[in-house]
Order: sequence, then structure tokens, then C-alpha cells
Amino acid sequence: MPVDVQNMQKIFARPDSLTDAKSTYCPGCHHGILTRIIAQTIDELEVAERTVGIVPVGCAVFAYQWYHCDAIQAAHGRASAVATGVKRADPNLIVFSYQGDGDFASIGTAESIHAANRGENITVIFVNNQVYGMTGGEMAPTSLVGQKTTTTPQGRDPKLFGYPIRFSEMIAQLDAPVYVTRQALYDTKHIKEATKAIKKAFTNQVEKKGYSLVEVLAACPTNWKMKPIDANKHIAKVVEKTYQLGDLVNRG
Amino acid sequence: MGERLLLRGNEVIAEAAIRAGCQCYFAYPITPQAELLQHMAINMPRLGRTFIQAESELAAINMVYGAASAGVRTMTSSSSPGISLKQEGISYLAGSSLPAVIVNIVRGGPGLGDIAPSQCDYFQATKGGGHGDYHMIVLGPSTVPEAGQLTMLAFELADRYRTPVMLLADGMLGQMMEPVELPKPIEISSLPKKEWATDGAKGRDPNIILSFDLDPEVLKQMNLILQKRYRQIEAKEVRYEETATSDADIAIVAYGTVARIAKTVVRMARAEGIKLGLFRPITLWPFPGQALRKLSEKIATVLTVEMSAGQMWEDVRLAIAEQAETPFYGEMGGVIPTPQRILSEVKKHAG
Ligand SMILES: Cc1ncc(C[n+]2csc(CCOP(=O)(O)OP(=O)(O)O)c2C)c(N)n1
Ligand code: SF4
Ligand SMILES: [Mg+2]
Repeated sequence: MPVDVQNMQKIFARPDSLTDAKSTYCPGCHHGILTRIIAQTIDELEVAERTVGIVPVGCAVFAYQWYHCDAIQAAHGRASAVATGVKRADPNLIVFSYQGDGDFASIGTAESIHAANRGENITVIFVNNQVYGMTGGEMAPTSLVGQKTTTTPQGRDPKLFGYPIRFSEMIAQLDAPVYVTRQALYDTKHIKEATKAIKKAFTNQVEKKGYSLVEVLAACPTNWKMKPIDANKHIAKVVEKTYQLGDLVNRG
Repeated sequence: MGERLLLRGNEVIAEAAIRAGCQCYFAYPITPQAELLQHMAINMPRLGRTFIQAESELAAINMVYGAASAGVRTMTSSSSPGISLKQEGISYLAGSSLPAVIVNIVRGGPGLGDIAPSQCDYFQATKGGGHGDYHMIVLGPSTVPEAGQLTMLAFELADRYRTPVMLLADGMLGQMMEPVELPKPIEISSLPKKEWATDGAKGRDPNIILSFDLDPEVLKQMNLILQKRYRQIEAKEVRYEETATSDADIAIVAYGTVARIAKTVVRMARAEGIKLGLFRPITLWPFPGQALRKLSEKIATVLTVEMSAGQMWEDVRLAIAEQAETPFYGEMGGVIPTPQRILSEVKKHAG
């Protein structure tokens, strides 16, 4: 039977806020899914014309190309401080920072905690892939106990290198943040939930409620040396044991 | 015009920044610039502007980076150890062509050093300081009123050339009280709109602020744009002051606090019949090398005096080459040279 292209209904399309720039991410990388969710959220809230994205140093360093909105490339770890500067300069702007686990939870520790503690009215997307993706798969502060990385070839030994840091739990101890949650992207159910969480984190800002943090457990098949499918399973079976999913703070 | 008040250097810098339309100020406490921070803490919120005591100098300079990206006039201030922490951010500001004002109330170093006045951060300020091929405009006031004027100018130049500008003063200037006539506040709404700012892509294509490109040819082009701007600044923005040089046989080169002391030395020397003049760079970058060279053509000896081991002296010698004798006298560690001591150095070299 010939397909009637003319009268086909469009049920899935690229969000308006997503550009058609060529992706720089590896196959199976969760950075890509996350990018789409953020673009879709910007569309749904109709805030593209007043959104400023702060992109990190890390595999997402090119993220300023993905969105049809203004963007700033920040120094490694400083995105939350840069976001603070933008938001304070013009509180009407919708400001989000997008930061890897090395960026947010290691080199940017002070900036990350204090932006949260001031209750900056911003949205922070924290991508926890338990590894330094961009620089070649070194240990991240979030790497699991026993995890093999290029700088822990024998596996992460907590006696030498400490334990995986549950940064969102630390942020959740503070009085100011209104929303802190941990999400995953390894199947459609979790993608849907993560999408809801990100929408909430942006909505909080639009409604001037304050600081929202969405941590996302993300796959880095390349540095984990796994097939994308196995990387997804690994998050469900292993990573989630250290990093439990769900809301840590919800004062919205 | 403005009102006449008796104020400390630090307060005058803060007040001038407010009058220059600084809308966001971010800093971390450090001696000897505390009054600057405190003046901003009181007055910025009163005016509905942003004051944040940042968690560190790193955070402060990156907040400046964000506010500058959003298109407002913004400033941070600190003293030597804190300015070292800001270097990463200053390099990013330069690389991203962002206007911002950074105040360094220099103290003795290296390391934790002390809290006494010094000029030991001249290299760091004028030769780059952070990583990469960049310069920032560096202004060296030598009196409290001039600190106010140059603060206003710093904001103007930062916007005109889309570059970080540093006000390089020291603890003596920061703490000293002098009568000043404060400049009239500018009208923020009268400032030209920054078309490049990331202030929301409404009715235009998105603006992107960045300092990187992985393609060396593209990054080279980005560097060439900066270099072209630096040549323009060198051609148009050199500032200096000459005192009693027209008939001088010997001249002192000094900036900031030392230049102020040297003016006294000029009077003392003249009273003794020594024809001493003073050449005072006001812009430390761009350095007024050509003017100094010209002066050296009619003067036998040009004595550099600094509160450092001879950092500006390098620029003086580069400018003068073999044209005149170029001796040096300096103090370190926060020791302030006395007029008597400078005069005795002058006498060593005068005729
Ligand atoms: C000051 C500084 N130190 C180190 C680096 C090198 N560097 C670039 S990205 C990166 C780690 C990125 O890891 P992460 O934040 O987890 O992001 P991912 O690539 O995993 O998404 C490092 C160490 C840098 N660019 N700047
Ligand atoms: S290295 Fe890992 S995090 Fe980076 S793009 Fe590839 S899969 Fe994604
Ligand atoms: Mg990572």
C-alpha cells in the first residue's frame, strides 16, 4: 500500500530550540538525550528568547551550538558562578548551567555549593557519568569503588582515592535549594521522569522559586568501554546502587 | 559639579565605580582593600544594584564574567594573593572580549607577603598574568582624586575596547584620605547597547560568548583580532604626566604612590639646584615608551624608582635602550622609599 506522505501526521519533531548542528557526542552517550530534553523544555515554557545557557569544559563544551538561545562557555568548574553573574545582572533571564561531574563536583566544588547555598534562582543540570569523558576517561570524584579508569587502572581504591561523592545529597543539606533530584536516562520510563524533573527545575526558576538541581546518571559507553546497551544496563544494575534515584529536596 | 568630600582611596574607587554605572560588584575580603568591599556592601543594595561577597576570588571573577556577558558594567576588587586567583578568569575575560574592571590594591609579596603598600604585581598586571597572548589596560593612579578619575575611565575604556581593565594601586593609596570632588554619576540608560551581549535572543540570532576554538587557524584569527585591538589601544590610550622636565638634566620615572613621593623629591632637588624632573606613566599598559624615549634624548640620566625589585625598570630600559643612563632604586616587601633616600639616589647620578 503506498504511503500518503501528504496527509501524514507529525508526531515527533525536533524541538524549535534545538539547532541542527552536528552532534559531537559518541553513539549511546546520554549527553545527547539530555540536550533534547532541555531544548524541549525551553520550547514548552516558551522562554527561548530569554534563556542563557552556561556550558562547561568537558564533553559538553560545544553545547553552546545545540540551542537556539544565548550561551556562554565558562571556565572549568565555574559555570555556577558565571550563572550567578548573569542572573544577578538580569533576573528576568532564564539561566541554566550544564555541568559534568568533574566540572561540578570536583574543580567547581566551591562555586557549585555556594551558588546553591545562596539559593540563586537558576537551574543546574549535573551530568554524573562517573568519569572524565573529555580528557580520556580519568577518575571522577563520582567514580564507583573499584571502577577502572585511566587513572585508577586497578580500580578505585577508597583508601587511596576516597569514595564516590554524593554531591546532590550534600546540596540537599542546605536550607536554600528548592528542588534537588537525581534522575536517569537508561530507558523510556526514566527518560520521561527525567523530562518531568527538568521541566520542574526550569518552571521553579520561571516562577522565581529559587535554586533547582537535577543530577542525571549518564552513560559514557566510550570510557566505560561498554556497548551502549550494556552501559544502560550497568546504570540500572550497578550505578544506581551508589546513587539512588529520586527527589532529595522538593520544596516547590 | 560634584560635591567635595574627605575620603579614603578605597572609598573613592568604590564611589567612582558606582558613579560610572557599575551594576554588579563581586569580591572576597582581603586587606588592604576591605573599605572598598564595605562601601559597596552598603551602597550597591541601596541603589538596587548587585553586591555579592563571593566564596572566593575565583568565584568573584567568574561572576564578573557572567555579569559582563549579560552586558552590564561590572567590577571586582582584591589585593595581590586574591588577584593571583583571579588570573584564570581575567584570561577568559580577555579571550572572550568582555569588558570588566579589576582593582588590585597591591601588597607585599610573594606568597602571603604582608599588607604593606607595594608595586610588586607590575609584571603580573602588565605582561598578561594569566595564560595566553593577551594584555589588559592597566591604570596607575597616584593620588586619591586620580584614583576616582581613573576608575571612571577604566569603565569607559573597558566598554570601548571590550577588554578587562585593571586599576593598579597600593595600600597607601587605598588607606590615604584626601579631599576629592567626586565625578558626576553617568546615566546608565545613556550607555550604548552592547549588541554582542547574552541578554536574551529576542528578535535576533543567539549571541555566544566564548574564548575557544579547537581549530588552530580559527583561534589564530581570534588572536589576531585581539592583537589588532591592542595596537589601537597602544596608538590611542597612552597616558603619562611630565613634571619639571623641560630643563631637566636628570629625571625620575615612577608611577602611583612612588610618583607622588617623587614629586616632593623634585621640589627638594630643585631647592638644592639639581635640575630634576619626573616622568609618570599613568597607563602602565600601554606603557608610554615612546614619550619616555623622546624625553631621554635630551636627558643624560633616567632613574627608575619603584616599590619592587625593578619590574617597570625593564620597560624603561626597553624604551630608552642606550639613549641615557638608566639606574634603578627600589624597595621591597612593603617598605616605602623616603624622599630623603630617593634624593640621595638622585645625587649619586646627578652630574
Ligand atoms: C583548569 C582546567 N583544568 C583541567 C582542564 C582539563 N579538562 C577538560 S574537561 C575535564 C574533565 C571533564 O570531565 P567532566 O566534567 O566529568 O565532563 P565529561 O567530559 O565527563 O562530560 C578536564 C579535567 C581544563 N580544561 N581546565
Ligand atoms: S566520551 Fe563519554 S561522555 Fe564524552 S561524548 Fe563520548 S560517551 Fe559521551
Ligand atoms: Mg564526567
